[in-house]
Amino acid sequence: MSLRTFHGGVHPREYKELTENCAFEVIPLPEEIILPLAQHLGKEASAQVKKGDEVIPGQLVAKAEGFVSAPVHTSVAGKVMSLGKQTTSSGFPKDAIVIKTNGTVESEKILLPPLNPETITPDEIRNRVAEAGIVGQGGAAFPTSVKLSPPKDKVIDVVILNGCECEPYLTRDYRFMIERPDDLISGFKLIMKALDVKRGVIGIENNKPEAIKIITEKVRNEEGLEVISLKTKYPQGAEKMLIKAVNGKEVPPGKLPMDVGAVIQNIGTAIAIHDAVVKGEVLTTAALTVSGKGIKIPKNLLVPVGTPIQSVIDFCGGVTEDAVKIVVGGPMMGVAQFDLHAPVMKATSGILVLTKDEVVENPETPCLRCGQCVGACPLNLIPTKLARYSQLHKYEEAEDADVTVCMECGTCAYTCPANIPLVQWIRLGKQKVLEMQRERAVK
Amino acid sequence: MTTETIAEPKQKVYFDLTTSPHLHSKWSTQKVMWFVNIALAPTIAAALVFFGIYQALVMLTAVAFAVGTEASIQAIRKKEVTWFDGSAALTGLLLALTLPPNFSLSATAIGSVVAIGLGKQIFGGLGYNIFNPALVGRAFLQAAFPVQITTWTKPNFAVDGITSATPLAALKFDSLISDQTAMVVGNIGGSLGETSAIAVLVGGIFLIALGIVNWRIPFSMTIGMIVFGGIFWLINPAYPSPVFHIFAGSFLFGAMFMATDWVTSPITNKGMWIFGLGIALVLVIIRVFGGLPEGVMYAILFMNGFVPMINRYTTPRVFGAVKEEKKK
Repeated sequence: MSLRTFHGGVHPREYKELTENCAFEVIPLPEEIILPLAQHLGKEASAQVKKGDEVIPGQLVAKAEGFVSAPVHTSVAGKVMSLGKQTTSSGFPKDAIVIKTNGTVESEKILLPPLNPETITPDEIRNRVAEAGIVGQGGAAFPTSVKLSPPKDKVIDVVILNGCECEPYLTRDYRFMIERPDDLISGFKLIMKALDVKRGVIGIENNKPEAIKIITEKVRNEEGLEVISLKTKYPQGAEKMLIKAVNGKEVPPGKLPMDVGAVIQNIGTAIAIHDAVVKGEVLTTAALTVSGKGIKIPKNLLVPVGTPIQSVIDFCGGVTEDAVKIVVGGPMMGVAQFDLHAPVMKATSGILVLTKDEVVENPETPCLRCGQCVGACPLNLIPTKLARYSQLHKYEEAEDADVTVCMECGTCAYTCPANIPLVQWIRLGKQKVLEMQRERAVK
Repeated sequence: MTTETIAEPKQKVYFDLTTSPHLHSKWSTQKVMWFVNIALAPTIAAALVFFGIYQALVMLTAVAFAVGTEASIQAIRKKEVTWFDGSAALTGLLLALTLPPNFSLSATAIGSVVAIGLGKQIFGGLGYNIFNPALVGRAFLQAAFPVQITTWTKPNFAVDGITSATPLAALKFDSLISDQTAMVVGNIGGSLGETSAIAVLVGGIFLIALGIVNWRIPFSMTIGMIVFGGIFWLINPAYPSPVFHIFAGSFLFGAMFMATDWVTSPITNKGMWIFGLGIALVLVIIRVFGGLPEGVMYAILFMNGFVPMINRYTTPRVFGAVKEEKKK
């Protein structure tokens, strides 16, 4: 059987074996947590507490500002120490609330009233998702309630649950599929209900046979649900690639999945929605994979949102002597960290400690015109040409060559035998072109 | 929100801070070049077996002068000296393998200097040349030493009746059909690298399996030879058959090692098809109608010139883009 997939892509070494058999562990409460007000795309939430306030777990500390925003809740009991700029894993300082945890581990926890998933209405689901502060767990952290409220004129015919986990190392979604399949399907059905969609597809890469087996078994008697196993290839989990693999449709440049009738949700998001609706829990826990050859004990963890990266690393035994790089997210699109005081956020999917051995850097040479990047680009761009335009500051040409279509998956830079930082150059060009376009819009 | 304090970061750890992707394939320019050199090993061995140990001297001379020219020009231009990256060595080796047996060492050296100097460095070095450097060197030698370069020696195991002429020359000038088994194994007259089809194929398939050679170029060239060669053969069976076309001369060597040179071949998949078919068409025309028995070199050099244009006109459709939306 030929597996469904997309054109292009690469096969990086997976390193999944480091953590795939590690069940989720709960990390002890950190001494303090840092809660950035913008843990999502969109407008930053506004703080509702002031210095010296006592808070208890689940309490709202910042409320959503407008439609594309999400509230922030504290994951621990404690006292608000400060409000101000703090380094975040994006590399930029952001406004954040710092809470000092009080010693009592098990304090009272605020829960929202549980709702019955059988009788709940689409509006109630959307409201609950918004209230619980749920954001997309795939990495982009787009507020989920917005994704569940497509404009009236868009006809959605399929919801795809993204079980690809195509980034190497990460096994968080895999553990969810194995440990909590029932909750996952319950959350998925809530998503389908909110969108009033009858067809639900769970796309899983075929390097996770155990997950495919379990989920297939679970959806056997569920009407409208199906599991599709996909070829293991990076970036299979990118929205456009996943839709292409599942129903053959291509999302046009500048359009959204909903323009071709599809909505994609992450495995972790489905779990969070289940917990919010059925248990009444707000999103204060991040599930993440701590992996890489540079971490002493790789683990899958449930971490209170706001926990400093350093505390997570300490819980995993610390870093080895030869560790050279700490990345938040996956190795293909994640961000290298310089300050381990930065907190775990709602959508943090992994913390990787990489050794020299893993981040091989060969010397850069001129482009050999081999075409590897062209063949590998899942969006059919010509990375070498786009990178060249950036090097020469030819941003008009880059715009004509569709630089803004690039999703920065990094496939080109991964595959380049001349070791040219292609996606890095393209990222620069993309920013410049977007600036140009904004200026033009103003005129 | 009211900013009460700006917290100082508690501690800073300076790690490697490059941006994503943090993983990279294990390939590098240097590694690729040396793998291509390694892939030539069977062909080198075949050349030594069929034509004798002297050919090793020709190869060494070609490599030494190629590497030397590269290093000198880079030093003069005050550029980073990169002779060890294997690309100059590869050019020298490829040039040597296009030469007839027992070629003069001094002429070989001249060929190498021209290949690297005029074929590559004059354009700015690795990655910037338009024409395949080894073939530029060979074309120069063809013009400068027309007699020497078409003086063929009998292979070591030649049975009586096999001429020293290449199968293509035998066909062109004497209308003789060579033994096809000998052509496949390599027991025929010809250039060092083109005698043994099997040796070339082993190396070529090795490179295709590694992903260094894109299969589309040799494949489309072969298809082109079957189609274009076949048309002429069907019109008049006195013309060589497609099978003969493929195993004769340096077609396979050119298809696997020359046309697939990264720098001088197209970067798009569609472009590779056009490039391969174009080479086949030009080659068949030269072989059938031209004054020369062989034309792989000219066919590839000719199509090299079209590569920038092919790339431009075969830019793939951006994912999801609809035809009407295309600009200009």
